[in-house]
Parts: sequence; structure tokens; C-alpha cells
Amino acid sequence: MLSRSLCYFIMFNQYLILFKMNRINKKMQENKKLLSIYFTAGYPSINDTVKIIQDLESSGIDMIEIGLPFSDPLADGPTIQNSSTAALKNGMTTKVLFDQLKDIRKTVSIPLILMGYFNPMLQYGVEAFCEKCNEIGIDGLIMPDLPLDVYQEKYEAVFKKNNLKNIFLITPQTSDARIKQIDEASDAFIYMVSTASVTGSKSGFGTEQTKYFERISAMQLNNPQIVGFGINNSETFKQATDFTKGAIIGSAFIKHLTENGVETISSFVKGIR
Amino acid sequence: MNYNATEKGYYGEFGGAYIPEMLYPNVEELRQNYLKIMAEPDFKKEFDQLLKDYVGRPSPLYFAKRLSEKYNTKVYLKREDLNHTGAHKVNNTIGQILMAKRLNKTRIIAETGAGQHGVATATVCALMGMQCVVYMGEIDIARQAPNVARMKMLGAEVRPALSGSKTLKDATNEAIRDWINNPVDTHYIIGSAIGPHPYPDMVTRFQSIISEEIKWQLKEKEGRENPDYIVACIGGGSNAAGTYYHFLHESEVGIIAVEAAGKGIHSGESAATSALGKEGIIHGCKTLLMQTPDGQITEPYSISAGLDYPGVGPLHSHLYKTGRGEFYSATDDEAMTSGLELTQLEGIIPAIETSHALAIFKHKTFKPDDIVVISLSGRGDKDLDNYIKYFKL
Repeated sequence: MLSRSLCYFIMFNQYLILFKMNRINKKMQENKKLLSIYFTAGYPSINDTVKIIQDLESSGIDMIEIGLPFSDPLADGPTIQNSSTAALKNGMTTKVLFDQLKDIRKTVSIPLILMGYFNPMLQYGVEAFCEKCNEIGIDGLIMPDLPLDVYQEKYEAVFKKNNLKNIFLITPQTSDARIKQIDEASDAFIYMVSTASVTGSKSGFGTEQTKYFERISAMQLNNPQIVGFGINNSETFKQATDFTKGAIIGSAFIKHLTENGVETISSFVKGIR
Repeated sequence: MNYNATEKGYYGEFGGAYIPEMLYPNVEELRQNYLKIMAEPDFKKEFDQLLKDYVGRPSPLYFAKRLSEKYNTKVYLKREDLNHTGAHKVNNTIGQILMAKRLNKTRIIAETGAGQHGVATATVCALMGMQCVVYMGEIDIARQAPNVARMKMLGAEVRPALSGSKTLKDATNEAIRDWINNPVDTHYIIGSAIGPHPYPDMVTRFQSIISEEIKWQLKEKEGRENPDYIVACIGGGSNAAGTYYHFLHESEVGIIAVEAAGKGIHSGESAATSALGKEGIIHGCKTLLMQTPDGQITEPYSISAGLDYPGVGPLHSHLYKTGRGEFYSATDDEAMTSGLELTQLEGIIPAIETSHALAIFKHKTFKPDDIVVISLSGRGDKDLDNYIKYFKL
């Protein structure tokens, strides 16, 4: 027989785990369309990371993708490429970013997701990287070039052990069968790439996108969908979220930072919602 | 030891397909079909016919008498420089354009370093009447002007890659981005034995005609199929992969790779990947690549645009790691003087890429009765400007 105090202890731990696992899931339960922002860590200046995150939260942003810059970002257009190059020049590295984020949970409570390419994570050590994320309070990872099969074969266990949700992408070309497979493998949301393009290349959605949004919506997936790529103002945000749970803005926010610096983040956010 | 790609494209621990989901449908379509298509009798017939009548294969295996005398060994040169368009690259572009047609693609993209692969791609696109866009680093456009002109004359659009070091790596990034933006009608003809599976294996198979011919040609000349050594230069490693392919499992054949050391392996300006690289992900595959401890890919340097690449094909990483291949590197100076030496001993002006393979004699001494086959991967016309500048001719 377990003693009563041990029972409480176990229940408390389970409560903690549940609490930890659900920062993204809880957000998905909220009865509103979610606005998420991507920015490149280390841009415009090396020490802007924490301020940008705090200002985004206080401006009412629901979730943040913190971009870990990479020298060769294959899926990104010129805006994010340039911000990545500048961030690396500023001295951003995986270690520097983890240091900057070490106390972030003292002031920020919205879900935080790290987004980057797989090679820097691989060089840091996948397990060490995941442990560090868990320690900091990162809720999920988006690694576009870490494929589903490799993830499931080699890394799923270590992600799970560290309470990290892995977010997968789908595109208008992804087959229904593969979307179902990705839905099965997901436990947070699905990152729905709006158009066949790299980031920041198109704006405005046509009938083709609407059809795609409808098609995915009709599939009744287990995971909510958040749309990314091509969202840059209140109109595209509304279009994207008619059929989905939320949307992610990346390049347009980076452009805003380039043109206006880090002091006017709330005015950018107000312009969207 | 197995040196062929597994079904998922691994050579030992190297290879695979580390691609964003946007590329998945295209790469998967190719993966499911490439072996099937290559095995179709119609495909084989058309491929062989074009290699014979259009490319001019088989390329000669030439006994280099004066070079042999100088280094007191038996040197044969596999004359890929005599192919139509002047390099081995066309073997692969012929194969891939036939593949693209069977996959109902109408638009072709490619990356190029020295411009040889760009020219070979533009050529087959002209031949098949297909739209062609070639990405080339801005720096390479400047140092390989004749090939840029050739591509334009062949009807291709040459788009400069303006990011990063503005060389082959960046041209490859741009080509991949183009493919993400054009997922339905476009086939990407990768020119080297790099990229996500099935590219390294597919390119290797198309280039394997080189070693297939060496086998029967050497049998005719020497009464045996296997040389003692087979030598090739390596950037991404397509000519090397094709030159080695039929010898990979012949343990008595020594496999030699020569990389570009640039201004010296430890000068900070080098492209000697096996010496300087560490396992990582570049352009969709796991392989050895030059990178910072933080995992950022570093800028390579070589006088040769075709070898100026921070990675190496996964097959070659496997050959290096298992010790099946002997890896050397030649500096700019060693390559240039070896290129001039071949010109003056044999009357053949080699591409600067190829000159690196010829620099093997500065690093290794062969026995008098050794048979050493060197892949003469390309001719040097495109490099005349660089030779003129270097030797102040």
C-alpha cells in the first residue's frame, strides 16, 4: 500500500507534468483565433531577444516562434535569410540564445517555440538541446528539415521525455494520406504552409488557398491548424483564420523591425488584430 | 562492407533525405520512380543512344606515355574532357532530363559552380526543348564567363545567387528555393552526388558509365579489368562517384580522392572537406561538411569553382570514414602547376578541377608496374582566363 503522502506526491508530479505539457495545448483550447509571431533571435541586435518576447506578450500575441538563425536557411526567402545572416554576424549561437532565455519563464507565460534548421541542433547534441529547452520552458520545436520518419525513428522519445511538442508542416501539395500520418504524429498543432513558396514571397490569398483551407478543414484533423507563410496584415490574417485556429506572421514582422526598430512592436500587433 | 545506397539512401551513417516538407512530394515521387524508370528498356535504349551519338561515348581511355615516364608508373587518363560540352557532367544531365520527361515535368532548374553542369543542363534542355533556369553564384559568374555565355546562347536563363559566399553552395540554396516555389512542373537536375536521397544514388548511377567503360577498356589494353588505383578530384563528387562505382567492391583497386586545399588546409581558405569537415546536414543529406562548432556552414575556398563546396557527397563521406578511399588534397598552386604539366607533357589542357586529381603525383609515389587510372573529368577551355592570370601567359 502506498502511503497517503506518497500518493499526493505522485499526484502533484502528474499535475506538474500535465501543466508543463499543455502550454501549447491549453492555448489551442482558447476560444479565439490565435496570432503567433516569428522573429529571428539576435536581430536587429544581439540582445533584443528577451525584450521582443516580452513586448510581444504584452501586446497580446498568443504564441511566439523564436528563430534560431542558420547560415543556409533553405525554406526562407530573402527577408528571413538577411535577418539570419545579420543575427549570426551579431554573434548569435545556440548557446547564446539558451543563455538569453534562461530566466524567460519568470516574466513570460505564453507558449514559446524554437524554430530552426536541424544542423545546429545536431551539433549541439539532440538530447542536450532538448534537455536545455525543457529546463528553460520551451514548449515545442519546429525543425523543417528534420523529416517525420527520422524524427519517429530516432528522436521522438527524447522530445517526449523533455515535454517538447514537435510541430510538422503541411503544404498544398501534401497528400491526404501524409497529412493523416502527420496528424497522427502531432500533439499540438499542424503548421499549415499557405502556398508553395519560401517564406515572405507572396501576399494575399486567392481562391486556390481558400480551396486548400477548406479541404484541410473538411478533413477534421485531430490537431488544430495554424497557417503560416504569406500573412502580413489584418486582411490576410482574417482570411487565413476563417478556416483555421490561427496564423503565424514572420517576414512581415522582421520587415517591421528592420524599418522601425524594437520600440513599436505593439503598434505592429494592433495593426493585425 | 556495402558501398551502395540503402533504400532510404544511406551509405553507412551518411545520406538520407533531410528536407523540408515543401520538397517532400517531389523528392518522394523521384524516390519511388527513379530505379523503375532507369530499368525500363525504352529508357535504357534512349539513354545509351544519346550517350553514344550525342555525347560521343565511349570516351577514350588514353595511355599517357610521357606523364607515365615522368612519374615512373603506368598512367591512363579517362577522357571525359572529350565528351560533348567538355566534361563528365553531361552523362548525368542526359539521364535526368529523360527522367524529368517521364515524370511529365516541363521546366528544369539546376545549380552550377564552374558552369560545366550548367552548360550540360542547358544543352540537354535545348535538345529536348525544355525551359531551363540555372542558378550560379555571382562570384562564379565572374570567374567562369565563357560558360555563362554558353548557357545563355543555349537558351537558359542564368540567375545569380547573391547570398552567402556567392558560390556553389549558395547557387544550390537558390535552386532548392526555386523548387519549393515551383513544386508541380519543375525538375531539379542536381549536378553532383549530393542532395537528398535519391539524388546521390541517381547521379552516381548515371555517372557510373565512366567506370563501366574503364573496365572493358582496360581489359582490352592490359588484359585485366581492374587497375591498381583509380583517382578523381572531389568537390561534391559526381565524377569521382562514377569513376569509382564499379570498383567499389573490388578490394584490390585502391580508391583515391583529391580534394581542393585552396591556399592550404589550415589557411582558413580551403575546401578540403574530409580534413576539415564534421558530420552534419547540408542540402538535404547527412554528410561531412565544413562548419562552425555551432553548426553554421562555413564558406569554402578554392581556385576551382567546381570544387568550391563545403560538403562532399555521402558516398564519399562513407569511403573516407571506412577507410575504403584514400583522401588527399591539393592546393591551388599544386593544381595549377599539375594542369600546366599535363598540358606540356600530353597536349591536353585540363579543367582546373581535374588538375587537382593530377596533383596526386605530388602526394603519392606509385610503383613502376602500377596501373593508375585518372579521371580527366573536364577540359580547360573554360579556365583559360584563370590559367593566363596565374601563369602570366
